Amino acid sequence: MKKKVYLDYASTTPADPRVVRAMLPFFSKKFGNTMSLHSFGQEAKQALEESREAVADIICAKPDEIIFTSSATESNNLALKGVAFANKEKGKHIIISQIEHPCIVESARWLESQGFEITRLAVDKYGLINPEDVKRAIRKDTILVSIIHASNEIGTIEPIEEISRICKENGIYFHTDAAQSFGKIPIDVNKMNIDLLTASSHKMYGPKGAALLFVREGTKIEPFIHGGGHEGGLRSSTVNTPAIVGFAKACQICKKEMKKENQRLSKLRDELIKGIFKKIPDSYLNGHPQKRLPNNANFWFKFVEGESIIIQLDLLGISASTGSACSSAKLEPSHVLLAIGLKPQEAHGSLRLSLGRWTTKEDINYILKVLPEIIKKLREISPFKR
Amino acid sequence: MKKIGPYTKKVIEYFKKPHNYGKMKNPDGIGKVGNPVCGDVMWLYIKVGKNKKGQEFIKDIKFETFGCVAAIATSSVITDLAKGKTLAKAMKIDREEIVKFLGGLPPIKIHCSVLAAGALSEAIYDHLSRQKREIPKELEARHQRTEKERKEIEGRYQEWTKIEEEMHKK
Repeated sequence: MKKKVYLDYASTTPADPRVVRAMLPFFSKKFGNTMSLHSFGQEAKQALEESREAVADIICAKPDEIIFTSSATESNNLALKGVAFANKEKGKHIIISQIEHPCIVESARWLESQGFEITRLAVDKYGLINPEDVKRAIRKDTILVSIIHASNEIGTIEPIEEISRICKENGIYFHTDAAQSFGKIPIDVNKMNIDLLTASSHKMYGPKGAALLFVREGTKIEPFIHGGGHEGGLRSSTVNTPAIVGFAKACQICKKEMKKENQRLSKLRDELIKGIFKKIPDSYLNGHPQKRLPNNANFWFKFVEGESIIIQLDLLGISASTGSACSSAKLEPSHVLLAIGLKPQEAHGSLRLSLGRWTTKEDINYILKVLPEIIKKLREISPFKR
Repeated sequence: MKKIGPYTKKVIEYFKKPHNYGKMKNPDGIGKVGNPVCGDVMWLYIKVGKNKKGQEFIKDIKFETFGCVAAIATSSVITDLAKGKTLAKAMKIDREEIVKFLGGLPPIKIHCSVLAAGALSEAIYDHLSRQKREIPKELEARHQRTEKERKEIEGRYQEWTKIEEEMHKK
């Protein structure tokens, strides 16, 4: 059988078997609706609240500050739109960055159409935001700053502690999209002065269909899904108990294994980066060399196009991703790669390799064996070779 | 048919083992289409010979392409379709023929087949121009279209460089 190597953990992760085991009883046996008064309902309700505690624990939040949602996209929509509309009397100005996930980008764009004003902060060549820029961008009517914790594409970790301190000093809410960092690197919402935080289950070995928005006690926020008043009235919908129980189990595992796993992945990642530089001429790293997620490696290769690399890798059993325009639905290169100063033709040659719990040394060796050949072949076909 | 990514097996076959790629020394005509900014660039080289009837035909053909799977596969296919054909027949190859040959392309990738057909027309156009020969009406029209597209892309490129410059100023 063909070797299968999954190097797209930043896109989604498989659910850990321990997570799946924890979820199973909640499909057909403990299936109750958390709003029901009878024993089935109360059993589900108890599981929900225990899950809330486990999830809150990993970021040092209070259980009541956790709002379960269906996806990071939903959480980010709720954070931006919910805070914007609840605080519109105070002001209509929101600050984000140029390297946010599309669900922040598009929510902000929609808010603009509703009369809000958006400032989009530039980043440096590593994708880092300068906290001084945040300070400068703040106005009297600024109500919210939302900055991604770690980039989903290039893995750069932003200085959110410094940014949130500035927000606190100015009495402005600070939200961070932590979909990529949650469960992977330590987060303490109190020490880091975070008012709102988005995280997702399927990025950290939990199931799809569960996510959260941490909302600090006392934060003014409006719901946009109205109904039976679930999740403290902020997110009505029948609770997806199996997914949330799985999410909680995933959090417990990540918390327990975080330190060791980080060391292991950082080592593999650095071997991968060094190996590629050594074996592939005209290859470059996107993102910061040190301030990056332990599992993210993102490159661009001169003279070749990313979709061709992805399909060649896939034919050899390796799953990866690219910010090339050719692979996007809009035929435009990644806005993140353009924001760090790559030219469109350079962004076309990008390749993201993201590692995870089941990535081994052998996997890294395998890609280091086949990737140089793929790039060489594509360069032979390309008119731009040296 | 089983698909790989959004592509048919045939597209993947041509992508994996493209025919006739590489540079050609002293070609009789070159067609350069596309732009690295928007994604795909194709360079097509032809050598022209004369058959027994005295008609010009494509004796040899090669391509160089920077681009996605569809761009590489369509480049390869057009070289196969054109090789050995008289110029009169070769310039009639259109995108439909390429797409049909490949068993279909994802809708968003159709422009790659347009590009491949354009590259061949441009190569033939270049050959006829070099020989100071009369350009058939249809070929002239195609050439004008390609030029127009090229200018549009360059316009888009300017837009992009503008955004880039602004970003670096900040």
